[in-house]
Amino acid sequence: MKKSNLFLMLMLLALTLVLAACNFGGEEEEPASEDGSTEGSTEETAEGGTKELNLVVTSEPPSMHPQLATDSTSSAVLKQIYEGLTTYKDGEVVEGAAEKIETSEDGLVYTFTLRDAKWSNGDTVTAEDFAYAWTFALTPENASEYASILYPIKGAQAYNLGEGSVEDLGIKVVDEKTLEVTLENPTPYFLELTAFKTYFPIHKATAEANETWYAEAGETYITNGPYTLADWQHSGSMTLEKNANYWDADNVAIDKVNIGMVESEATAATMFDAGEIDFLGAPFQTVALDVIDRYKQEGILNISDYSAIYMYKFNTTDEVMGNANIRKALTLAIDRQGLIDNITKGEQSPALGMVPTAVKGFEEDAGYMKDNDVEEAKKALELGLQELGLGDASELEIKLSFNTSEAHAAIAQFIQEGWRTNLGIEVTLDNSEWQVYLDKLTNLDYQVGRLGWIADYNDAYTFLEQYDSAENGNNDTGWENAEYTELLKQSNSETDPEKRIELLKQAEAILMSEYPVAPIYYYTNLSVKKDYVENMELDQLGNVYLKYVDINK
Amino acid sequence: MAKKDLQFGNIEPDKFRVVGIKQDETEKLADKSVSFWKEVFLRFSQNKLAIFGIIALVIIALLAIFVPVFSPYSYREQLGIYNAPPSASHWFGTDDLGRDVFVRVWQGARISLFIGITAAVIDLIIGVLWGSISGLAGGRLDNIMMRIADVLSAVPYLLVVIILLVVLEPGLLPMIIALSITGWINMARIVRGEVLSIKNQEYVLAARTLGASTWHLIKRHLVPNALGAILVTMTLTIPSAIFTESFLSYLGLGVPAPTASWGTMASEGNKALTSAPWRLFFPAFFISLTIFAFNAVGDGLRDALDPKLRK
Amino acid sequence: MLRYIFKRLVYILIALFIIITATFFLMKLAPGSPFASERDFPPQIEEQLNAKYGLDNPWYIQYKDYLVDTVSFDFGESMKYKGRSTNDIISESFPISLTLGIEAMILSIGLGIFLGVVAALYHNKFPDYLASTIAVLGISVPSFILAGLMQYFLAFKLDLFPVSGWKGFNYSILPALAIAITHAGFIAKLTRSSMLEQANSDYVKMARSKGLGKWSVVIRHSLRNALMPVITYLGPLTAGVVTGSFIIEQIFAIPGLGRHFVTSITNRDYTVIMGTTVFYSIILLFAVLVVDILYSVIDPRIKLKGAKK
Repeated sequence: MKKSNLFLMLMLLALTLVLAACNFGGEEEEPASEDGSTEGSTEETAEGGTKELNLVVTSEPPSMHPQLATDSTSSAVLKQIYEGLTTYKDGEVVEGAAEKIETSEDGLVYTFTLRDAKWSNGDTVTAEDFAYAWTFALTPENASEYASILYPIKGAQAYNLGEGSVEDLGIKVVDEKTLEVTLENPTPYFLELTAFKTYFPIHKATAEANETWYAEAGETYITNGPYTLADWQHSGSMTLEKNANYWDADNVAIDKVNIGMVESEATAATMFDAGEIDFLGAPFQTVALDVIDRYKQEGILNISDYSAIYMYKFNTTDEVMGNANIRKALTLAIDRQGLIDNITKGEQSPALGMVPTAVKGFEEDAGYMKDNDVEEAKKALELGLQELGLGDASELEIKLSFNTSEAHAAIAQFIQEGWRTNLGIEVTLDNSEWQVYLDKLTNLDYQVGRLGWIADYNDAYTFLEQYDSAENGNNDTGWENAEYTELLKQSNSETDPEKRIELLKQAEAILMSEYPVAPIYYYTNLSVKKDYVENMELDQLGNVYLKYVDINK
Repeated sequence: MAKKDLQFGNIEPDKFRVVGIKQDETEKLADKSVSFWKEVFLRFSQNKLAIFGIIALVIIALLAIFVPVFSPYSYREQLGIYNAPPSASHWFGTDDLGRDVFVRVWQGARISLFIGITAAVIDLIIGVLWGSISGLAGGRLDNIMMRIADVLSAVPYLLVVIILLVVLEPGLLPMIIALSITGWINMARIVRGEVLSIKNQEYVLAARTLGASTWHLIKRHLVPNALGAILVTMTLTIPSAIFTESFLSYLGLGVPAPTASWGTMASEGNKALTSAPWRLFFPAFFISLTIFAFNAVGDGLRDALDPKLRK
Repeated sequence: MLRYIFKRLVYILIALFIIITATFFLMKLAPGSPFASERDFPPQIEEQLNAKYGLDNPWYIQYKDYLVDTVSFDFGESMKYKGRSTNDIISESFPISLTLGIEAMILSIGLGIFLGVVAALYHNKFPDYLASTIAVLGISVPSFILAGLMQYFLAFKLDLFPVSGWKGFNYSILPALAIAITHAGFIAKLTRSSMLEQANSDYVKMARSKGLGKWSVVIRHSLRNALMPVITYLGPLTAGVVTGSFIIEQIFAIPGLGRHFVTSITNRDYTVIMGTTVFYSIILLFAVLVVDILYSVIDPRIKLKGAKK
């Protein structure tokens, strides 16, 4: 007994020692990262000459390679450390790395003259860096998931899909400072595209020397934007520092940006309330539903229009959903304003068309339908039921699918109740894990399914293009219409912007008469900031450029 | 040996005499005969906490049965009053979709209690059998059975749920299946541990020597002696099943919205902690109360059944 | 003993093999891909992506690759986090989860056993009710609710702790508590119940009648035997806790390993799924082995089959 007691004690002692060792080991590692971030999080140190901004993003950015990044978190950070040929200021496209941009008469050839700009390591930003980055994205072997955004460039699609060759690309380095880009079609929004992350340059020499140069911060991570990526603790935090070599460095006010990675919206809101962060909201994190009303009362909630739409798609190959009148009935019988006021709360605007009002040329309501038009909906339902040979709405069985999320579930339940009380249709909700849901959408294994669409560039085409054929990977409805396809095609070769918008409006009208999609609302972006943070406004693409932000305490 | 001892004491055999077997006297009971179950019941009914537990459970069950029937509101009806605090017309307030939380709590009780109890019973049956067979058998069979349990608990549960999500239609059955896949493992491990320590004790060895069957051993010796640990494990199973249900529903495997359950109400309410705390408080309170009641009953049962505590 | 451990190692290898196989097929059966998003890209690009990560190989080649990966303990590049290796992801985040996990384990064992012993010693008296109530609350309020409440009230309202992050010891207190309390509740209940069983056993009565005090009996005799079920529970629990908790890491923004178990699956990040699963399995299988060895240390009557011969 005694002996084994001793043995047990020894075991416990050993265990405790091991545990203690681990524990301290873990703690000792901390100071390294602590220097970087704790100093920043205390407000006082910011007084001492350097200006620091603290904010949080939702997650670890999956890729900090401009040409490989696909998600919004990576994109929000990349925009601060790189600069494309053009960039945005107050929602307008302005010259970025390019100093002068010339367009040929037919709108097909763009000639960019670069500024005398430098990389963070002092090298000159050359036309070659841009050509290298764009070609990298288009090279099939690099498998860039966002390469298609470069397709307006001549030969880009063919090369990317393995049908063309790199020599035929419309990207020409005239000299160190001149880049000539030839397009497939006149693309009026091309200068918006050149501000997009996939169009950012990368430092050719380092990228060629090290294949995974973008996986860590430090020496090999060279940027041409207002900030450099000074530190990156994976899944923990990122630190951006002002890039002294940036051409416009004199106008960059913030010296250091501490970005924490906080997934929980509630935690992020508490951090904002506790003063640990200076800004909360799009495009970095989301303002939690729980605190929206309070921030509204406090008068600090900023709401800005966003070029994005929340919608329910209909599977038109389904027996019931194949009926346009049923689709119309369901589309009309949605109380969008009620939904926005009570559930989503972000002062979104009811979507009564397919193109958000934040898009140029589409600011006016085209009058396709009235919000929550129950009368018309009932009429359409009547017709639809007759066509289907059904007597009563209760004979319809409709399944509304969405992916796992409390917000989607709340919206679905609100709409479900509306359809039930106004149309007498019993709807079952079908919620599934994100990838399972995507699978259902692509395989048309659903009836009604929710989806959001966010513009990469602020043009109506991005919202309409996906329905140009049933084969389009983003269509997911099985719907197509020859006239619609033709209108979109015409819009592509139309050089007169007014006429082009007219064509796109006609296309939108077709969508809104056949209802393959029920638009629900146009997104808004919500954010809150401390009152000493200045000029931190979002544009309609949800961008924030920290370059313009200042802190005045 | 025995002989020597006798000699050592210098005890002469002629000091003893044979009296014969007094059959009637040995069989005579000193006290009034009380059947085992009656005694258990008596002892249980003297335990105030356990009685409280029973009453609480009965009330919760009655409310779950009758409130949804008699309430002026239905669990899915959206009343247009969003996130209203508790008031005379809505005792527990309303939720984000303007539904009456009171009726939803009791509607939710139906599903959560069903899930909790079913999961506990399944875990009990599989876990106790698995654990006691494994512990009793020992050797290779024990090793294989316990490694199966290890494998099941190491394979990513989320992946299993996703596969179930694809294969099965959402509803109660897939939920029960998902809960049963891994739920029993904890129980099996604990029962096995208990069995290992009990099986080498003298009374079990004695029973074995007397030719008791394995089933008899499990039923008469192992389970009663491991009862404390089993009951405690069951009280953990119920809340974990209630919350796993909300996780599974969240992923799409459970009962579809707008059906309420305590787990989903609590997790959704947790998101409204600062703006509508009643949405978290009421479901969480009733979960705790239920677990507390089950626990009190469990403790009472244990005390009542414990052969060593018999007077 | 050595013989027994050797035998168990063989079983561990077999179990590991089955886990990898099962995970592989589940992973392949699950719809979706690491590259799926609501924005479709051309099939040619998808082919390139598949080729880049070896997903175009027939299943048996991929399966073999995972087995080889496991043997060499190199799980390859993450398919979601571009340019990052699974090994890096694990080795960066595990020390954090381990630190937090150990803290949580110490808290839950300490608190749990203390409450359990108190409850058992004062069976059906006030301290028992108090301790049991605390334990039951711990069991019935899940960690995500507890974490949210503590963060809001203790960290924000009372400003006693930082809200979130991982920059030092005081950052770890709330998350460790949030993890510990559920387990502490359960350990308390287990300890209480098996202590009660011991309390009436002959040797405890004997020790008491010899005049030993209540507490010294507990420490010398009953606790030791009462810990059997607790140790059973602690083995797998330790494996789970030191590899991190998704929810706690999410709420307190801790860059630990726990989140990768969940996000790798929702991302269908195959290499990371395999890496984390194998990593966790090894820890779990060894934790369970340690438990079995501890059994015979605590109670010499328990013989490990295979140890003798």
